[in-house]
Amino acid sequence: MRFRFAQAAIDTQAARQELQNLAAGGYVSFEGWVRDHNEGLEVTRLEYEAFQELAVKEGDRIVAEALRRFPVAHALCIHRVGVLALGEMAVWVGVSSEHRGEAFDACRYIIDEVKHRVPIWKKEHYRNGDSGWVNCERCAAPAQHTHTAQRTQAVQHTHSAQHHDHAAVSTPK
Amino acid sequence: MHRDKAALQYRGSSQLDRTFQLASRHVPEVYVSVRANQTLDPMRAQRRMIVDSIAGEGPIVGIRSALAAFPQVAWLVLACDLPFLSDEAVEYLLRNRDPAGFATAYRSAHDDLPEPLCAIWEPAAAAALAEYQAAGGHCPRKFLIRHGVPLLEPLDRRALDNVNTPEEYAQAIVSLESEPPMQLQIRYYALMREQAGRSEESIETSAATPADLYAELVSRYAFSLPREQLKVAVNSEFSEWSRKLKQGDAVVFIPPVAGG
Repeated sequence: MRFRFAQAAIDTQAARQELQNLAAGGYVSFEGWVRDHNEGLEVTRLEYEAFQELAVKEGDRIVAEALRRFPVAHALCIHRVGVLALGEMAVWVGVSSEHRGEAFDACRYIIDEVKHRVPIWKKEHYRNGDSGWVNCERCAAPAQHTHTAQRTQAVQHTHSAQHHDHAAVSTPK
Repeated sequence: MHRDKAALQYRGSSQLDRTFQLASRHVPEVYVSVRANQTLDPMRAQRRMIVDSIAGEGPIVGIRSALAAFPQVAWLVLACDLPFLSDEAVEYLLRNRDPAGFATAYRSAHDDLPEPLCAIWEPAAAAALAEYQAAGGHCPRKFLIRHGVPLLEPLDRRALDNVNTPEEYAQAIVSLESEPPMQLQIRYYALMREQAGRSEESIETSAATPADLYAELVSRYAFSLPREQLKVAVNSEFSEWSRKLKQGDAVVFIPPVAGG
């Protein structure tokens, strides 16, 4: 299973373990967080809903595509459903790979495709008491914007596993 | 048959309702053509009506009255005694419409003659019909023959079978009811769940495709999203809008997604 849903906080440590592989020289992950504003409005919480049977199939296909396109070892994506507070993690993508370049590319591919193809919806609740389904109401035109802060973490480790070289990289929106 | 054919029941609905719903899935506005003495008929009075405004007898009066009421539009004219008429047959007719002619009609599979009461009548036909009636004509079929209107071959021979006798009615019921009523499972998500006021339901429908089904549900729930912004899934897999639906299919309409 390469794509799944989580009903509660995503356990990134456990997820990362699933990607462990002695042939892999690097691991890249992406976390999407609930942000406190969007399109000029103060957001107080998000509500995620998914058509899970189809979402899991489409998510699995996206991860399988990434594994075909880029020579990476393992990849996994976990998405939250339910009500999320500010700062909570809405989505997690992890990729392990022999080399870092493909790991970044595959991670980017997975999150971009998941946002556009997987039947998941989010409702924003605003400080002013209003709420709306993103892309369906306030912004009727399919939008490119994201509602979660984006941060890509890259961790290169040596095969001795003694020394971990951490680097945090922000991806442009 | 000494009965109002529009009131005959098939699978729990009158032929008038069935025809109305069918037409509503393909054209924006639907009217029922009535004689002046039918305007209080309860079954018809709940619909928008075109009351005969021209002297004479028979369906030609209804067609002319419609063309007179809205002279700028073409009319899809459907008789209320065609229990087998399908979405495919209406869609095919509309797709092959000839707006430059007087009408677009099917050739009857039984006698090869034009079928004027499952046809599109163009505004240009109004004057010619008036002239034809003034010269003593009263049969829209003969009008189509006289003017050499090109005819479409029906895709399904049965689609235009009409019901004229109690025996034909009995056979039509058997035939329609032997097809198990199509029951579909529908699930709604996000904005559509809120607009429908439910997350799932089981419905009985004659919608042939997800596109027809969406049109039917829009009229029930006033969904705000145009179909062009949606995708559709049948049995938990993405589907074409033109797929033929089957008994028991599970249908989900997918509003614009917003994961991440």
